[in-house]
Amino acid sequence: MIAEAGHYALVLALGLALIQSVAPIVGARRGDIALMEMARSTALAQLLFVGASFTLLTAAHVTSDFSVVNVFENSHSAKPLLYKITGVWGNHEGSMLLWVAILALFGALVAAFGTNLPLSLRAHVLAVQAWVAAAFYLFILFTSNPFARIAQPPIEGRDLNPILQDIGLAVHPPMLYLGYVGFSISFSFAVAALLEGRIDAAWARWVRPWTLVAWIFLTLGIAMGSYWAYYELGWGGWWFWDPVENASLMPWLAGTALLHSALVMEKRNALKVWTILLSILTFSLSLLGTFLVRSGVLTSVHSFATDPARGVFILLILCIFIGGSLSLYALRAPQLKQGGLFAPISREGALVLNNLFLTTACATVFIGTLYPLALEVLTGEKISVGAPFFNLTFGPLFVPLLLAVPFGPLLAWKRGDLLAAAQRLTAAGIVALIAIALMWAWLRGGPVLAPLAIGLAVFVIAGAISDIAERTGLFRMPLPVSLRRARGLPRSAWGSAFAHAGLGVALIGIVCETTWNSEYIATMKPGQVARIAGYELKLEGLTQRQGPNYRETLAQFSVGLDGEKLPAMTPSKRSFTTRGMSTTEAALLTRGASQLYISLGDASADGGIAIRAYYKPLVLLIWWGPVLMAFGGLLSLSDRRLRVGAPKPARAARRLQAAE
Amino acid sequence: MTRKQRRLTMIGGALAVLAVAAALILNAMRDSIVFFSTPSMAAEKQIPVGKRFRLGGLVQPGSLKKGDNLVVNFSIADGSANLPVSYKGILPDLFREGQGVVAEGALDAAGTFRADTVLAKHDETYMPKEVADALKKQGHWKDDYGNKPAQGASK
Repeated sequence: MIAEAGHYALVLALGLALIQSVAPIVGARRGDIALMEMARSTALAQLLFVGASFTLLTAAHVTSDFSVVNVFENSHSAKPLLYKITGVWGNHEGSMLLWVAILALFGALVAAFGTNLPLSLRAHVLAVQAWVAAAFYLFILFTSNPFARIAQPPIEGRDLNPILQDIGLAVHPPMLYLGYVGFSISFSFAVAALLEGRIDAAWARWVRPWTLVAWIFLTLGIAMGSYWAYYELGWGGWWFWDPVENASLMPWLAGTALLHSALVMEKRNALKVWTILLSILTFSLSLLGTFLVRSGVLTSVHSFATDPARGVFILLILCIFIGGSLSLYALRAPQLKQGGLFAPISREGALVLNNLFLTTACATVFIGTLYPLALEVLTGEKISVGAPFFNLTFGPLFVPLLLAVPFGPLLAWKRGDLLAAAQRLTAAGIVALIAIALMWAWLRGGPVLAPLAIGLAVFVIAGAISDIAERTGLFRMPLPVSLRRARGLPRSAWGSAFAHAGLGVALIGIVCETTWNSEYIATMKPGQVARIAGYELKLEGLTQRQGPNYRETLAQFSVGLDGEKLPAMTPSKRSFTTRGMSTTEAALLTRGASQLYISLGDASADGGIAIRAYYKPLVLLIWWGPVLMAFGGLLSLSDRRLRVGAPKPARAARRLQAAE
Repeated sequence: MTRKQRRLTMIGGALAVLAVAAALILNAMRDSIVFFSTPSMAAEKQIPVGKRFRLGGLVQPGSLKKGDNLVVNFSIADGSANLPVSYKGILPDLFREGQGVVAEGALDAAGTFRADTVLAKHDETYMPKEVADALKKQGHWKDDYGNKPAQGASK
């Protein structure tokens, strides 16, 4: 009964979405308030039914109802409860259900808290939201029904892919989807503006908090996914320029650009047409990401076997939405009025530069990800585009962007003074030069690029600090005055400083990890000692242990540094009987921001075991950076000006945060 | 500056960045793209020594030999040809004889493929897509390779 009820609820949600996609627009055309208001109730009801459907699937997973195909294929009665729940979205069908559930959640949030939106804009936004929802309900119901039954229910399930039996699965996909799908709101707003043929600064003020919410989640989602891959895949890599990763990076780059261009639009009423285009592109890239991950057209280290029929369906959705919205854009955008003027050297100019580099960088990722696919279709030749390609294209494009980051906030709106901004950044520049000189002196002829890159990162961080110092009059005025000013500073100023500094922090981590990572690979027997970066790792012994649904080989390592004894490390290798698979559980020892990393390979016949040990200096900065960025986003979100402009959406967004 | 001049500055700047990006991409395409090949394709094309490519196929049953210091030797076969592969390091968890695998590296003078990366997929029933396509093309595809349980998930 549970499965049937879930299926039925999903069909009802589809029905509601179909009504929601037509009625409000008709209402807006006719000026019929009742019809327009309908969007609100249908959006809320949709959330109710999709929520019910999702809860029922979760119930089927928790109670291990193996008569449901989805549960049979992805669950096992001995699996811990946490993984029974996370297993709901650890598979294709369930994750698509999570996708639409989050879509419905965002729609309902707009419906519930968008009371200060003009009625017809809200009606249009919710209708567009419903188009997307309806397409994905159809996709789920026709190609990937999570509630399908098996005629003769088996006694035991096939278990969830062991790699996914990790806390990362509980956090990463929901976060990522909140980001991906969150951009649907800015998309709906953009299409609604095009349909209405009207757009103004107030529009940007409504869109910005939503974009910010999506961006915060996407930032955290990507960082979390990267850390998960780092500790779970067992070879210490944190970014592979893999298609699935690129699929999430592209909307992030476009979304970051959108965040900045919406700022120009809100403050200066300029860049309207571009902002609309970016909103459409950002969500299109999210859809493309969904397609790349779900269709299995690209080979990836993270994706699993997938079904081509689904790919065709998603491709169809992709074509309709991207093609449709871009045609609408081409048709309607010329009618939108041009906004305020600004000189090339100005805050607006800096933000345009930011957009230019971010979108170009996004385009290089796009080409690198899809070129192999295009080439295979056209010539049948199979190639792979790996990290070297992206390092050679994405890297150089990010350098000027990072150089420009500290200048942006210091330039005035409309017409800025580059020289004055440069003067204010003198201190930051000097700090960066000192950092480069120190690195050089310390390395004496080591890698050339690394000190420069660290100098750049230091410049970005110091630039963010000087921005705040400049605004609060730190060092120029008495401390109490500065403190008072700091308190009075808009939260969004703090937010951008934190987000920009986060960029620098992440860069330091990336440079240190890639340049000074030390690796040790060997077969070890109990009693042997491995030396890496001054640390002594002694293999004390190997033991076996029985877990709930796996057997585990643990290796005990005692760790010493200059005779000092550090906490022991126990990497393990788990073998899951149901699937005949094994996973590597790396052991991590954190020292400040650096980490020691040990993972196990196969045991050899003579009682030894292959181990991989890494010392990764400052590696944690790679993820602290994005966390700082997300924190900056959160600060901006709580800015008074955003609350005044659109009080309720911002508050709703924060409540969402608190629930995390 | 007039409105027109401003606009021209912006468009000029945008075009300059795009041109740089295009140059970067073309340059990177020339140097850093790796072609995929099966053992029989490799034999046919006579890939020069030292040129990097991806070799895909099935791990020949009985060919896996583990040496000292994590050196492993095995053969990758595609039904009509096979190529000896040498690799130093830890093989992925899912590496097994008879399974599909993709290795990246280059041929040495002796005709052995020196791999620096060996990829096997997370999924035990998964066949790397390139390998599956190549096997199908050569008629060595067996239906049971395709009998994978319907499952899918992102990382």
